[in-house]
Amino acid sequence: MNRALAQRLGFALLGLIAMVVVIPILLVIGVIVVRGIGAINWQFLSTMPYGGMKQGGILPAIIGTLLLTLGTAIVAVPIGVGGAVYLSEYARDTRLTRAIRLAIVNLAGIPSIVYGLFGLGMFVLFFRFGTSILAGSLTLAIMTLPVIISTSEEALRAVPQEFRTVSASLGGTRWQGIRTIVLPQALPGIITGVILGLLRAAGETAPILFTVAAFYLPRLPRSPLDQTMALPYHLYVISTQVPGMPLSVQYGTALVLLGLVLSLNIVASLIRRYFRSKRQW
Amino acid sequence: MVMPNARSTQGAMESATARGTRRLSCSSDDPKVRIDGLSYWYDGRQSLNGVTLDIPDRAVTVLFGPAGGGKTTLMRLVNRLNDMVDGTKMTGRILLDSEDIYAPGVDVTRLRRRVGMVFALPLPLPGTVRENVIYGPRLAGERRQARLSEITERSLTQAALWSEVKDRLDQPALSLSGGQQQRLCIARSLSLEPEVLLLDEPTSGLDPISTAKVEESLFELKLHYAVVIVPHSVQQAARVADIAAFFLGGELVECGDGPQVFTAPRNRKTEDYVTGRFG
Repeated sequence: MNRALAQRLGFALLGLIAMVVVIPILLVIGVIVVRGIGAINWQFLSTMPYGGMKQGGILPAIIGTLLLTLGTAIVAVPIGVGGAVYLSEYARDTRLTRAIRLAIVNLAGIPSIVYGLFGLGMFVLFFRFGTSILAGSLTLAIMTLPVIISTSEEALRAVPQEFRTVSASLGGTRWQGIRTIVLPQALPGIITGVILGLLRAAGETAPILFTVAAFYLPRLPRSPLDQTMALPYHLYVISTQVPGMPLSVQYGTALVLLGLVLSLNIVASLIRRYFRSKRQW
Repeated sequence: MVMPNARSTQGAMESATARGTRRLSCSSDDPKVRIDGLSYWYDGRQSLNGVTLDIPDRAVTVLFGPAGGGKTTLMRLVNRLNDMVDGTKMTGRILLDSEDIYAPGVDVTRLRRRVGMVFALPLPLPGTVRENVIYGPRLAGERRQARLSEITERSLTQAALWSEVKDRLDQPALSLSGGQQQRLCIARSLSLEPEVLLLDEPTSGLDPISTAKVEESLFELKLHYAVVIVPHSVQQAARVADIAAFFLGGELVECGDGPQVFTAPRNRKTEDYVTGRFG
């Protein structure tokens, strides 16, 4: 076998393997779109459910998921990015920082149902927030933190050390260097991490199970201490807990959740591309 | 020993060498920077050993020698950039205008405004030419546009770059050529009107024409500042040196008037290096 043939075979094989990665996602999206598109109309997106959730729309679940994602962002982004700045820019390699890093790695490995139970014990019961958007957002935020911290820290470390040195040599304090050079340069990577973390939070069921999600609550939440319906939990409920639920409604709900997550993803890519085009190294 | 240079201005230094001090060091009555018995360790390895050296105001002091001699380390100690490095140990003193820059309570950011530094590679910050020049003054709190424009023009002029970039101030700094970028970095340091300017192989990445322009700007700069430069070749060292200090393995081997060191070195090692027998 000559080398050219071997090369072509190698590429073909690797290409095939790469395709294998693509096939499942295309199948998932394909099946959900085909089966769910029929249920999607304005009424489905904009009205309350009724008739045992078999009729009407899923508006409270959509709004609930958006609010939970927003709440998660408000809590997790400042803490996560702040923590990443500390670890990347300030922390020396001490026993304490090693412990912090170990904690972050382990936090990322905890199953989501455990976050749910922790949220129940900590926020719902101990802090007496009750099952509420506040408790749910805090629980989701804790789950999201490791993703935000580790991707942000990586983005910060990718900024060339020389920029910090130059800034210091021009009489900049460490914070001035971070604020004027390092953070702006790391922003695309930080945004990627934030969005990845938030997307995961938006699609999670287990952490909101005991902390916020309402089985059936056909009204919009009025305060952070209200319960709310949420898309992933609603999907779980109508798929497993309600007998005789039309399949199209189930797939329609899944499609809305998927659409929400994918569109957030696209927005994130656009933001990232915008900032990256302004970056100069 | 015959001193071959007649145009020396460093009388005090010559008398010191004439006395034949044991450790060959430059000394002057009124140095801008005095390095006094400086030793430095990094990760347990010694990179400077008992260096004593006076750096005069309004002159070009050249620190030269083979790689690993401690020149860059010494520079980074003079503006305390090595504060950012862990695992180091220092003994001895560095005085700027007779004041110990490592004394407790010294404002490091203020010190770095007084002691500017230009690095071996041109390192423009993200942003435009103008933003690069006024980065330091802005951090120092200067907000007045008129003043910032004035600083931009003065600094770029002193760095011999103004005529080339005066119509491109709002273009990205990276759109300049390598030589222009390096002069931009010099201008960026000058924007703070430092008293001492440290240049660490500022022409190592540049073509001969850009190198010549940077060297030319040195003759302008030394009218105002104490200039310390690590040259990228012995030839460059000889071209620009008022004072020359030869470093080998972390020790100051010889120091003296530029022309003397390069034409009639007293130390055998200096002579070997200057004549190209090693290095």
